[in-house]
Amino acid sequence: MQTKIPVSIREGFHVNSNTPSEEYLIPLKLTWTSTGALEGGSVTYPKPLMEKFDFSDGKPISVFMGNFDLVASFKVAANAPAGPGIAAGKLRYQACSNKACYPPKTIDLSISYQVQ
Amino acid sequence: MLAVCLIQTQACSSRSVKAASVKAEQDRKPAPEFALKDADGKTVHLSDYKGKVVLLDFFATWCGPCKIEIPWFMEMERRNKDRGFAVLGVSMDDEGWEVVKPFLAELGVNYRVVIGTDATATQYGGVDALPTTFLIDKDGRIAAVHIGLASKKDFTDGIEQLLQGTAPAVTLNNDGRPRAE
Repeated sequence: MQTKIPVSIREGFHVNSNTPSEEYLIPLKLTWTSTGALEGGSVTYPKPLMEKFDFSDGKPISVFMGNFDLVASFKVAANAPAGPGIAAGKLRYQACSNKACYPPKTIDLSISYQVQ
Repeated sequence: MLAVCLIQTQACSSRSVKAASVKAEQDRKPAPEFALKDADGKTVHLSDYKGKVVLLDFFATWCGPCKIEIPWFMEMERRNKDRGFAVLGVSMDDEGWEVVKPFLAELGVNYRVVIGTDATATQYGGVDALPTTFLIDKDGRIAAVHIGLASKKDFTDGIEQLLQGTAPAVTLNNDGRPRAE
């Protein structure tokens, strides 16, 4: 099963993609802390944009902007009991505008599911 | 007394400078004191720099705009350290010296750097956007603040004005003639 996690970046800002152009840049990363009756949770990220900014020294860098989805893929564990469950995760990101950067942040997210 | 500069180069320090971003003396507030550790574990106080013009740069190793400005600050340190000027970097990296020391070595940073704290950031108005850079005058007052990537000229003009002391009543053009206000 796949589930989409919508992400919305405010206009005028961007976050580094999951594969940043430079080693010192902090990537967007979704990790699962608990998946309950689900297994897996591999994350598919969208194709990043290559954009130039005032600070990128003329070079485009790999970023996400605007609205996009992350897609997490799970399978139901063998012998999983029927009933509801929650997969909990953390999304880490680091955002910048054209001229300034903001401290990296980690937000909690959760996905509710029902095993039938 | 104004010295007329006949050589029109950047290095001509007798040219009087009035930087647009530098506050009038009566509008400058005292820069908050702090006690932060440098790479050798020594405690650095802002008051250690009394009598000097200080460029206080809040930065982080993950900050692209910061990496653009840091080489400028290295050049400003080199040019002006014997004129009563110093750059002091304040790293806001949560990982501390583990990441900051290699970063400084890679860039060849030639000025002192300390690790900042949330308390320091709060004292300085809540530093969130990086880089945030303060120009502090010889009396320890904040003369200018730049939030985000600024222009190199803003910094060089501001530093020059503060090194020269009180803003002159007359600003000179490059040809040495007084500019009409």
